[in-house]
Amino acid sequence: MVGITSFGAYIPYHRVVREEFYKAWGGFPIPGEKSIASYDEDAVTMAWDAGNNCLAGMDPKKVEGLYLGTTCAPYKEKQSSAIVATALDMRGDVRTADFCNSLRSGTQALSAALDAVKAGTVKNMLVATADMREGAPAGMGEAQYGDAGAALLIGDTNVVAELLGSYSVSDEYAGEWRAHNDHFVRAWEDRHLLDEGYSEQLPKAIEGLMKKCKVSAKDIAKLVMSSPMDVRRHGKVAVGAGFGMAQIQDSFFMTLGTCGAAMGILMLVTALEEAKPGDKILLAQYGNGADAFLFQVTNAITKKAKDHLSVKTLISSKRNLPYYTYLRWRNLVTVERGRRPEIPFTSLTAIKRSRKEVLGLYGKKCLKCGHVMYQMPFGIGGMTPIRVCYYCLSKDNFEDYRFADKKAKVFTYSLDLLADVIDPPGTPVFVDFEGGGRAWLDLTDRIPEQVKVDMPVEMVFRKMYFDRGIHNYYWKARPVRG
Amino acid sequence: MPESIKDKVAIIGMGCTNFGELWGKSVSDLMVDAAYEAYADAGIDPKDIDAAWVGNWQEVSGMAGLGLAGLRLQYKPITRVENMCATGTDALRNASYAVACGACDIALAVGAEKLKDMGYAGLISVSPGGTAGTGGITTTAPAIFAMLATRYFNRYNISPDAGKRMLSRLSVKSHHNGNLNPKAHFHKEITVEQAMNAPIIAWPLGLFDCCGVSDGSAAAIVCRAADAKKFRQDPVFIKSIRMCVGPCDGPVKPEYDFTHVEETYRAGLAAYAEAGVKNPRKEITMAEVHDCFSITEATIMEDLQFSPRGKVKEDIESGFFDLDGGLPIQPDGGLKCFGHPVGATGLRMIYEMYKQLQGKAGPRQLKNINYGLTHNQGSMPPACTIAVCIVGR
Repeated sequence: MVGITSFGAYIPYHRVVREEFYKAWGGFPIPGEKSIASYDEDAVTMAWDAGNNCLAGMDPKKVEGLYLGTTCAPYKEKQSSAIVATALDMRGDVRTADFCNSLRSGTQALSAALDAVKAGTVKNMLVATADMREGAPAGMGEAQYGDAGAALLIGDTNVVAELLGSYSVSDEYAGEWRAHNDHFVRAWEDRHLLDEGYSEQLPKAIEGLMKKCKVSAKDIAKLVMSSPMDVRRHGKVAVGAGFGMAQIQDSFFMTLGTCGAAMGILMLVTALEEAKPGDKILLAQYGNGADAFLFQVTNAITKKAKDHLSVKTLISSKRNLPYYTYLRWRNLVTVERGRRPEIPFTSLTAIKRSRKEVLGLYGKKCLKCGHVMYQMPFGIGGMTPIRVCYYCLSKDNFEDYRFADKKAKVFTYSLDLLADVIDPPGTPVFVDFEGGGRAWLDLTDRIPEQVKVDMPVEMVFRKMYFDRGIHNYYWKARPVRG
Repeated sequence: MPESIKDKVAIIGMGCTNFGELWGKSVSDLMVDAAYEAYADAGIDPKDIDAAWVGNWQEVSGMAGLGLAGLRLQYKPITRVENMCATGTDALRNASYAVACGACDIALAVGAEKLKDMGYAGLISVSPGGTAGTGGITTTAPAIFAMLATRYFNRYNISPDAGKRMLSRLSVKSHHNGNLNPKAHFHKEITVEQAMNAPIIAWPLGLFDCCGVSDGSAAAIVCRAADAKKFRQDPVFIKSIRMCVGPCDGPVKPEYDFTHVEETYRAGLAAYAEAGVKNPRKEITMAEVHDCFSITEATIMEDLQFSPRGKVKEDIESGFFDLDGGLPIQPDGGLKCFGHPVGATGLRMIYEMYKQLQGKAGPRQLKNINYGLTHNQGSMPPACTIAVCIVGR
C-alpha cells in the first residue's frame, strides 16, 4: 500500500487584514485577512517548518528523500531541497529535487514521490511545499495571495491515506505567470483565466480521475481543490463537478489567501486532520493544467500521533501587522538604514566547514563528563570549534548533539532599539535548553512586550540576511507556537 | 609562586588628550599629543625611550608597531597590543614587564582609538573576515549588557523602576564628576529623573545608562622603581597589573548567572593578592572602572568586592561611590563622560589615578587616598578579557 504516512502544515505567524489594502489604495474592500511570511522567512524556511511539523516525533535519518515544490525558490541555481534536507537533519545519501515554475509544483513533487515509492526506488519520500507569491502593490494579488507551507511523508508502511489513483492534464496556458525577470505575478484578464484556464482544466482532471478510479462525486468525503483568487469560482467549479457544499474543503480565502503551489497540499493536510477511516479524499491542484489524486483514509489515521501542530492551531496563532510593516518586510519601500558598519562577507568555506553546526544546529556532548554544549557561531573564521570541553577540559572526546529539536526557556533578554533590524526592537535572548546547554539567539515571531524571563521557546530555521548573492540561514528561537 | 610586580615599576610621566568628537585630529595626531604631554611630564627627550607598546583595538586606528610611526622613534622596538577594551592597560603591562626585567630602562605605552571617522554613532565594525553567515544575530553592545540588568533585576527581585533608579544614580554621579574635568567629552550635570526618562536604547538601559563614543589617546612612561626619583619626586608605583581572559563559557553554560562577571571577580582576586590588599572595600581608596553601561559599573562593584553580593543598590543609594563618599568611583567622569576610544581607555583611567595621587586633580581632588584601582572589560559579560591595575605612592 502506497500513500501518505504523515502530514504537517506551516502557516506564518503574521497576517495583514485586507481592509489595510483598501485603506491604502481604495478600490473595493475585500473581506478576510492574508498570511504573510516574516521578513526572515522564505520558501526554504517555510518548507523546513512544514517538513519539521510533518516529521514531528520521527527520525529524519530514516527519510530517503525530499522533493520540494515552490514557485518562489530563493536561488535560480542552487537546490532549495538540499538546504531544507540539511536543516531537517536528513542523511546525505538521499534524493533531493526542486519542482518549480508552476502552481502545480507541489503536486508534481507529490506525483514524483508517489511514483518513486511505488517503484520501490525509495521506501519513503518527504514532499515539502511552500510559497509566498507577491502581487504588486494596489493590485488584487497583493491582497489575496497568502504565504504558507505544507508537507506530506509518502511511504508504504503505516499509511494513513492510501493512493487509489491519480490523473493529470497538462496545458500550455497560464493566466497568471512570472517571466524570468519578474518579481510580481502578472495576470491575464480574469474572465479569461477563470473560464479558459481554471474552470476548463480542473474539471478535466477531476472527471478523468473519477472515471479512472470508478468513483463518483457522492463517494468522495472531501473535495480538496485549489482555489483561484476569485473564491466564488472555486465553489462554482466544485458544484459543477457534482459536489455538494459540505464536501468542499475550505480554501482559506478568509484566513490565509491563495497560497500558490502550497495550496492544494495545505488543504489536504487540513482535510486529513479531520478525516475518518474510510473517507475518500480527492485532491486537485490547478496550474498549467491540473493534477488530481484520490486517497482513501485508513484506520491508521486514528493512531496518527497528535504531536504535530494542526492547521487549526496555526491559523489561530497569529499577529496582525499594519500594511507598512508588510511593505518593509517585503522590501517594497526603501527604508533609511541605520548608520552601522557593513556586515562582514559570508564565506562559503566557513559555512561548509561548519555546516553541521550552522544548518543542523549541532553542538557537542562530552563523552567524559556528559555535558552538552552549543557551538557558538562566532569567532575567528566564522566559528571556533569545540575541541576542548568547556567543563572537564578533555580534548576531542565528543559526540555530536543536536539542539534543533530541543525545547528551551529564555534565561535573559533585551529589547534592542539601537540594532538596525527589519523588525525592531532587536530581541536577543540567551536560552537554556531542556537537557542542558545554552545558546545566544535572536527571538523571532515575538510580541516585544510579552518577552519574559523563563518564556518557553523552540528552535526555528530562518533566514538571517541576504548579502552579496547569498541567502544566509541559521536558527532563531521563537515562542512555542500554539 | 610567580614574582609580584609590586613596587618594581614607576610611572614617571603621563599624557592624555581631551576626549570627544575630535573631527580635526587623526589617530596619529592624538598619539603625538598624548606622548609629548607624557615626555614633558617626565622631563625626558623622545630619544630616551628604549621601547614602546602601542594599543589600538581596530586596524583603522593603527596596525603593527608602525601604528606609532607618527612619533618618529628612531629604530626602536615597537609592538602593537590589541586586547579589546583592555588594550591600553595591556600596553602598560607589557611596558612594565619590560622595564622590570631590565630589557629596557624607559618604556612608553600609548593607547589610542579613532572611532569618529566612521560615520557611525556606535562602535565600529568587528569583522574577523568571512563568517559562516550567522552574523545576523543583531545584538548591539548595549543589548548584550542590558541582558545583565534583566537578570540582575530578576535575581534580586528589583522592579524595573527601582532598578532603573539605582542605575540612574550611577550615571548622575559620573556626570557630576565629568563636569569638573576639562578633558572629558561630556560636561553636563543630569538628574535621576532625566536619566530614568531618557529614550530606551536597549531595554532596560536608556540613553544615560550608556557611555559615549569618542576619540582619544593617553600615554604613560615607565621605568624601574629604583630609577624613578631621578625623574620626579612624586612618581606613582605599580602595585599590581593582572589580566584575566575567560574561556568564553558563559554564553554556553547555563551555570553562568548573568548577574556578575567571573573574569572581573578573578582579576580582582589576582590583583589584590599581588598588591597585598586584604580588604578591598577599605584599602582601595578610589577606582576607575569599566562603566561602558551603568549596569556594568553596578556589577563590577560587587565583583571587585567593594559591595557585598546583591547589595550594591544600598551603596549606590547611600552615595558611597560619590566624589565625597567612602570609595569614590569614576572621579574623572568615567567612560560615561569620556566615551570609550577603546585602545585609550585603560591608560586614561590610570592618568586620573596618577593625577589624583600627585594631588593634581583640581576640583575633583580626593583626600585621604592611597591605592587607586583601574578596571577594563573587553567584550561581553559572559565571555571577556579583564585588566585590573592598582597604583599607589
